[in-house]
Amino acid sequence: MTEVIPPEFEYHAPGSVDEAIGLLQNSGEAKVLAGGQSLLPLMKLRLAAPKTLVDITRIPKLSYVNETTDCLCLGATTKINDLNDSALIRNRYPLLADAAQHIADPLVRNMGTVGGNVCHGDPGNDLPACMLAYGASYVVRGPKGNRTIPAQGFYQDTFVTSLDPSEILVEVQVPKAQPGDGGAYLKMERKVSDFAIAAVAVQLRTDSRGTVNQAGIALTNVGPTVLLASQAAGQLTTKKPTNADILAAGKLAAEAAQPNSDLRGPAEFKRGVVQTLTQRAVKLALWRAGGMS
Amino acid sequence: MASTAIPRLTSPLPIRGATHKIHVTINDVPFDFMVEDRTLLVHFLRDALGMTGTHIGCDTTHCGACTVLLDDVPVKSCTVLAVQADGRKVRTVEGLESGGKLHPVQEGFTTEHGLHCGYCTPGMMMTSVALLAKNPNPTEEEIRRAISGNLCRCTGYVNIVKAIQHAAKASGGGK
Repeated sequence: MTEVIPPEFEYHAPGSVDEAIGLLQNSGEAKVLAGGQSLLPLMKLRLAAPKTLVDITRIPKLSYVNETTDCLCLGATTKINDLNDSALIRNRYPLLADAAQHIADPLVRNMGTVGGNVCHGDPGNDLPACMLAYGASYVVRGPKGNRTIPAQGFYQDTFVTSLDPSEILVEVQVPKAQPGDGGAYLKMERKVSDFAIAAVAVQLRTDSRGTVNQAGIALTNVGPTVLLASQAAGQLTTKKPTNADILAAGKLAAEAAQPNSDLRGPAEFKRGVVQTLTQRAVKLALWRAGGMS
Repeated sequence: MASTAIPRLTSPLPIRGATHKIHVTINDVPFDFMVEDRTLLVHFLRDALGMTGTHIGCDTTHCGACTVLLDDVPVKSCTVLAVQADGRKVRTVEGLESGGKLHPVQEGFTTEHGLHCGYCTPGMMMTSVALLAKNPNPTEEEIRRAISGNLCRCTGYVNIVKAIQHAAKASGGGK
């Protein structure tokens, strides 16, 4: 039997972020290994052939789910299933909770990490759309220290992000949930573990009268990168959205999508999926916003 | 099978690249081994240790036939490097039976005919063991969600669900 084995590389398991950065700086063609659930398959298929792998999962204190006074902080090596096991996420961050349940499959979620999912740059990754909809930020560390990059603007092209090759994402910061917040992630997939045909992340902030003050809508796997649907979100803000507004937001989200026809369906079908999922996700997010105390 | 020496990995490919010494406890037996960095955990188990109970199905992280428990958590061993298991516990299907007595999950698969061809069975059972350890009393929906990363092309899953329910009852839980 022919066995599928990655090309040769040198493996390092540093004990600190700074040591990891040093390894990235001093080795040509190095990649960070977080969960490896996307990187190792790419290497086995020879679509990636880094000379050095820097495994950051043995660095202490890089895996956590904490809420501080102003944000929900997720450590880079937090496993996807740690989100599913977190009562804090389930109770207060429904957009993240929805997405974490539908990333790949339960076994992959035991290895796959938050940091890997947001940094990989595949438009089919599910967390980037959540982070755009939340208006989250990424704390990255490099040779010159820390910097914070907004999720919006981070995704430049397929597999291309604004992370420098010698930088490591250490923390994802999601704005802290407030009463009146509501979110939802709806994903259509052919089968468990496939990337989305299309998926939509919606995050809303409402006041006590139900007026939407902030809205974020982002789209998974219908373009070269994750896409922000700003006009669709704008259709919902500064008012209490009516059914007509929700229908219009769905249409605007479909217009913002840039899908290709491929094995997951024709482009027009995917636009239709985006439209319908957006409408449903907005309704669900509004319902959840009303329910949070 | 335990060895205090550090044998070279008997891989089907000659070792060409960088190597690491790893210490792994497999089914409660500690092993020290020198492995090539790129060696996958499933190849380490099958080729270096001759433990062929863990199957290779798709080799692309889809099918779950290669599922083992890494520190009690089910993972796809075709997508984990052997070096990532350094210092950890691995449990494979060979570690389920003890003292000639089948594990309740194995009993369940036998009694309820939870397999036809058997290719997915080792992975399916390891996922089931982890599920019941975390949730001794799962609903049918919880069972179906838990095994959604393990593909079976024969049974239609009906008897696999029954097998896991059987094991849950035998272990004291069960709905």
